[in-house]
Amino acid sequence: MKDFDKEKVILNVEGLQTYFKTDAGILKAVDGVSFVVHEGETVGLVGESGCGKSVTNLSIMRLVPSPPGKTVGGKVIFDGKDILQMSEKELRNIRGNKISMIFQDPMTSLNPFLKISTQMIETIRLHQDVTKKEAREKAVEMLRLVGIPKPEQRIDCYPHQFSGGMRQRVMIAMALSCHAKILIADEPTTALDVTIQAQILELIKALTEKFNTAVILITHDLGVVAGMCDKVCVMYAGRIVESSPTEDLFEHPMHPYTEGLIASVPKLDDGGKEKLFSIEGQPPNVIDLPPCCPFHPRCRKKMGICQAMYPPVYHKDEKHHVACWLYASKEEIDNALKEARDVRK
Amino acid sequence: MSGNSTILEVKDLYQHFPIDNGGIFKKQIGAIRAVDGISFTVKKGETLGIVGESGCGKSTTVRSIAQLYKPTSGEVLFHGVDLCKADKKTLLKERRNIQMIFQDPYASLDPRMTVRTIISEPLNIYNRRGLLDHKWTKDEIEDRVEELMEKVGLNKLYKNRYPHEFSGGQRQRIGIARALALNPEIILADEPVSALDVSIQAQILNLIIDLQKEMGITFIFIAHDLGVIQHISSRVIVMYLGKIMEISTSEELYKNPKHPYTEALLSAAPVPDPKVERNRKRIVLEGDVPSPDKERHGCYFYDRCPHKMEFCSCNIPPMFKAGENHEVACWLYDKEGHN
Repeated sequence: MKDFDKEKVILNVEGLQTYFKTDAGILKAVDGVSFVVHEGETVGLVGESGCGKSVTNLSIMRLVPSPPGKTVGGKVIFDGKDILQMSEKELRNIRGNKISMIFQDPMTSLNPFLKISTQMIETIRLHQDVTKKEAREKAVEMLRLVGIPKPEQRIDCYPHQFSGGMRQRVMIAMALSCHAKILIADEPTTALDVTIQAQILELIKALTEKFNTAVILITHDLGVVAGMCDKVCVMYAGRIVESSPTEDLFEHPMHPYTEGLIASVPKLDDGGKEKLFSIEGQPPNVIDLPPCCPFHPRCRKKMGICQAMYPPVYHKDEKHHVACWLYASKEEIDNALKEARDVRK
Repeated sequence: MSGNSTILEVKDLYQHFPIDNGGIFKKQIGAIRAVDGISFTVKKGETLGIVGESGCGKSTTVRSIAQLYKPTSGEVLFHGVDLCKADKKTLLKERRNIQMIFQDPYASLDPRMTVRTIISEPLNIYNRRGLLDHKWTKDEIEDRVEELMEKVGLNKLYKNRYPHEFSGGQRQRIGIARALALNPEIILADEPVSALDVSIQAQILNLIIDLQKEMGITFIFIAHDLGVIQHISSRVIVMYLGKIMEISTSEELYKNPKHPYTEALLSAAPVPDPKVERNRKRIVLEGDVPSPDKERHGCYFYDRCPHKMEFCSCNIPPMFKAGENHEVACWLYDKEGHN
């Protein structure tokens, strides 16, 4: 495996906080998320629905609908500049050009009224100084690269004339047509069948390697993560609970949630009919969450301190970080308990 | 698995949906061949899994078994009674023993009914027509509802609540309680865990396994996730374009897949282990699943098969025996050498 730490850092997310105002209270969809993406690296964001994976990435692109959403804190440093402080004009230069996105449902993310050619040429000409003809040639070239047969003819088709897998290929071609530095893929294969999923994943892998593009892959499928990612961040209730290189995470999961998540996937070679490990209960409602570990009601290893205070981040080594009280020293726990008691007074 | 008696037999089942030309006379111009001639048997007490990609006819198969669609042709024998030809009264009586659990726990529960009404509805219907062992009183039904809720892991205090007050996993539990209400012999589960998160999915799978051990219910279980199917079923059917490609015990199928499609399907499924993932060789199938609106004269998998031969394009393969309890529809396993 390649060591990405020596590569240049291209995206640095620090303490990102995105809140939504709802009638029931403030919903902290993303609450202090930090991670780093190096050039050419594939970072996976895993978690169950509602844990804030998608909102994290929408916040990076500043696409969170406001109101009700608002990014209230943190920094997103791309190429030395904070995206959260940029003007609309600067932002336009980044969206779709330096950072591009592909979404879960390829039908709703393409415009059904416009030909593929119109949509692709628009993207290319918006960011590059080329003539219509050159842009078209470039678009055909990209379509050929993603494996669309007869791209010269297919480019003048409408989205409904393509199947689901083909549409996702078109999306990838469009996303990479400006040689983006970062590709954000939000559940790119969830709507597809396994055999098509395999095709698309192979394609993303091959193309991003070719262009040296970094990928942020959002998914809930641990199998996809295992095959694609160099680094994984596990999210729960708006926070990253564990982040680690992929192999280390699967071999030595440290957070009880990660452990449970890996154990509860039925595996192809497990003989079957045994009871699956299951995490009891359900993910918490993130509205007005008290300042405790959000996982403690479902945790098998919970202690008194877990209900009183959010755990600090423990560093196993340089790359493997986990937010859990299990790895704190007795002294730290005692201090924290005292502090929590003082606050309550 | 207890017993070996056949409980359900499907013989040469066809389910075609007509396509009309959009005019006022609805002239038929073709048909979607959702299920195109399949036969299999289900033994008492087993869990039969059906896998396949979307559009391969898994859901249509179980819906045709439950007679939610009238099959185009073929027989569905339940305890020797052909459900396709049965009159309304017999059907009602037999259907008591065949219940369904649906995929989407949000769409399969009536939002205007309380949990109690939902779970007791099948009981009330059969009670009103006098098809239960005796006339049940209101209290008996009430007790039964509470018993069922406890059995599926719901607090019985929730029985006056509405579906929207529950999470996805809990709703699926309500659906399971409803299916259990009449003590059915066979439950048709149509992707019951596909809409759920991994941790909740494990809870529901465990519940289904527990219920089966306890009550000896036969399950036909549909999923597109191979891991889930392997975990829960004793025998597996692999379907493609409305045809059965392979039937085998689940252990044998995963260790020793015969059909090129099964092989590809297994190798495409992502495994949550980075070491395995990095070193395995994937068989990536070319192209997409073709449209099921054409009549086919050769192997249904011909267009995408990596091992296709000239012979396959014009001869539909029958089910060949490939070992004990293992059948495969592929000319590669033809021992008599017709090809």
